[in-house]
Amino acid sequence: MCLGIPGCIVKIDDAARMLATVDVSGVRRQVNIACIVDEEHPVSSCVGDWVLIHVGFAMSRIDETEAAETLKILTELGEAQAELEAIHLSAAQQGGHAE
Amino acid sequence: MKYLDEFRDSAKARILVTEIEALVSTMDVPHDRPLHIMEVCGGHTHSIFRFGIEGMLPKQIELVHGPGCPVCVLPMGRVDDCVSIAERPEVIFATFGDAMRVPGSRKSLMQAKADGADVRMVYSPLDALAIARNNPAREVVFFGLGFETTMPSTALTILQAESEHVTNFSVFCNHITIVPTIKAILDSPDLKLDGFLGPGHVSMVIGTAPYEFIANFYRKPMVVAGFEPLDILQSIWMVLKQIKEGRADVENQYARVVPDEGNAAALHAVSRVYELREFFEWRGLGSIDHSGVKLRDEYAQFDAERKFTIPNVKIADPKSCQCGEVLKGVIKPWQCKVFGSACTPEMPLGALMVSSEGACAAYYQYGGIKQHAAAE
Amino acid sequence: MNIAPFIRSRPLGKVYVPTVTLSHGGGGKAMKDLIDDVFVEAFDNAALAPLEDQARFDLAELAAHGDRLAFTTDSFVVDPLFFPGGDIGKLAVCGTINDLAVGGAKPLYLSCAAIVEEGTTIDLLRQIAGSMARTAKDGGVEIVTGDTKVVQRGACDKLFLTTTGIGVIREGVILGAHLARPGDVVLVNGLLGDHGAAILCARGDMALETPIESDCAPLHGLIETLLAAAPGVRFLRDPTRGGVATVLNEIADASQVAIEIDEAATPIREEVKAFCEILGLDPLYLANEGKIVAIVPPEEVEAALAAMRAHPLGTSAGAIGRAHAGEAGRVTMRTVFGGRRIVDMLVGEQLPRIC
Repeated sequence: MCLGIPGCIVKIDDAARMLATVDVSGVRRQVNIACIVDEEHPVSSCVGDWVLIHVGFAMSRIDETEAAETLKILTELGEAQAELEAIHLSAAQQGGHAE
Repeated sequence: MKYLDEFRDSAKARILVTEIEALVSTMDVPHDRPLHIMEVCGGHTHSIFRFGIEGMLPKQIELVHGPGCPVCVLPMGRVDDCVSIAERPEVIFATFGDAMRVPGSRKSLMQAKADGADVRMVYSPLDALAIARNNPAREVVFFGLGFETTMPSTALTILQAESEHVTNFSVFCNHITIVPTIKAILDSPDLKLDGFLGPGHVSMVIGTAPYEFIANFYRKPMVVAGFEPLDILQSIWMVLKQIKEGRADVENQYARVVPDEGNAAALHAVSRVYELREFFEWRGLGSIDHSGVKLRDEYAQFDAERKFTIPNVKIADPKSCQCGEVLKGVIKPWQCKVFGSACTPEMPLGALMVSSEGACAAYYQYGGIKQHAAAE
Repeated sequence: MNIAPFIRSRPLGKVYVPTVTLSHGGGGKAMKDLIDDVFVEAFDNAALAPLEDQARFDLAELAAHGDRLAFTTDSFVVDPLFFPGGDIGKLAVCGTINDLAVGGAKPLYLSCAAIVEEGTTIDLLRQIAGSMARTAKDGGVEIVTGDTKVVQRGACDKLFLTTTGIGVIREGVILGAHLARPGDVVLVNGLLGDHGAAILCARGDMALETPIESDCAPLHGLIETLLAAAPGVRFLRDPTRGGVATVLNEIADASQVAIEIDEAATPIREEVKAFCEILGLDPLYLANEGKIVAIVPPEEVEAALAAMRAHPLGTSAGAIGRAHAGEAGRVTMRTVFGGRRIVDMLVGEQLPRIC
């Protein structure tokens, strides 16, 4: 089932049972964080983490760097396209072909 | 909304569409044989329709909607089993919303509820467990549905129930696995696919390695895709690049959520609680080996199949139902003989018309535009 | 016509038990006490005071307001009875006022029929009646007649209300779902989906916490302002069950036009968007109880928007789409992403998706 949504963990409700409250643009729900807790990320450190929520469970920690990278590729593509457009436009204005 | 809105940006959409058009124009795509890219997962189907992505793509690309909707592949016999459990007076039957309308041979869970069965919609298996805690005199049965995405959540709930010594909670397990499904598609003689968009949230659990057979053995590109429209467009672009470059690799477009190695805690819970069934029945696709899981003996007390006697009858799909062919992408929804006539969202013959991500329901609701354009 | 003014000769009855029983529906003193204590006490007005089987009005006085009588009825079975932003009583009064007002009528008088499940507390009824009275006062209407029935436990869910209303439409005000023309603009007076989301949340099945409140409000004042500024308005409707998407489909069908919505222009609260994303719901199908959809000819759009935005219930008013000469009866949406999809009539109820 795929309807996952990114949310931010705002507080730990029950460390023993791995329950936390997550916030999605002002909507809050208790979720189980067992899947995102490990040695590097103990329960207490999870506050402020952005996670993918699915049916009441935090299933994955969202990687900020990867997210930025994905968007960066698109921005760069856009810039490359804009450059190409500009070249074609100026070539058309000069009445010749760009090399 | 963070991590959502940025991936719905229309300016970036235009960039990607331009790139896709440019790429496709350098490839030799025959006029009568467009490139077929299948999105396996129902969530992708829904996104594609909701955002009108298909209409943005050049004619040389055709999206084939695959069988990755767990509600859609639920056989009628299993729905009958659900209804029979739900109709027991001591049972509170807790289920996800869209499973409620799937027709069984007599009735759907929604109809059973109207007839007096205590059927309750829940967002999470944890909520079903809470109902069990709050109703100690009743038996709460959770309808465990979904691919590997929801297997861990059901498993972790069972483990929670065990640690709290809850005795009135059980799961009717209908979890299915994605790999045999994809294999069945690839082995299907009627299908010629050029690439796949991989299920993003299943992969969040199982990682990307399980798909390597698609690239290595079947030589098809496979890109694990996110669910926002930019994710889908970017993934399509990545599949096209692979086709153009003559590659067949497993790539991860959804790296912000999907770790290549999957989720250890989730996989651990899954292997603790479940074991593979020898075979499992899929609506429209028949029986597929090792495609479903059941609870291990150690968790028998949480297994509704062992707690209750269920009819367990295999019911054939209605003769006119062509769900199987649509699920495999062999025919388009509107090519099904009963689409829109005997089979509508109000009176669905098959599950593809019931679930909001079934290709038929999606076409019926959202997609008439392209269909009409094609008809003109 | 001179009628002797009614002077109440007896004091109102009171109920001293905490809950409603079947005897309160029996027609005898217990029932009279219940009606007095809960409804008459709260609604208190001249037309109601005689407590006859019917309220009576001078026709000439009614005709002073316009040339057509508007008449509407609605039943309210909302669960839960109390929700953020309102309750079943407020909802009933607003709903009926709005059904009259969207026809261009000045809402005047309401009736209130209550079906009460035995075991419901009297206090709850007093609260609801009080809410109805306050809402009626804000809405400039009077509740002038009613009926009360008590049914066995389980025969209804605590309280069902049916409100019927009459109003009078001013001469020259012509509104109809069949009047939309290509080029007309679709306006709404504010944020969509609040009520539907608030109710779903309040039911608690999904265990979601939100600050979302119902937008339940009487709209006659806003509508009067709108019609004064833009007399060419073709049609008004409050998008209750089924939401904006359903209303637009009805208009497209009745007028035989196509309508296209611009998703980026649909005003939806962030929390409602998030709520819908989590559950896989479409906000365009969620109910609204304080909103209107207005079909306005293009030359009057500016005036219409200015008038609405100057009114407290229209500060977020905006244009969300346009009628055009495409496939008749078809409603489409240009998505935020730049694609296009169909927005069809809802089939059954929207169910939360998991996928």
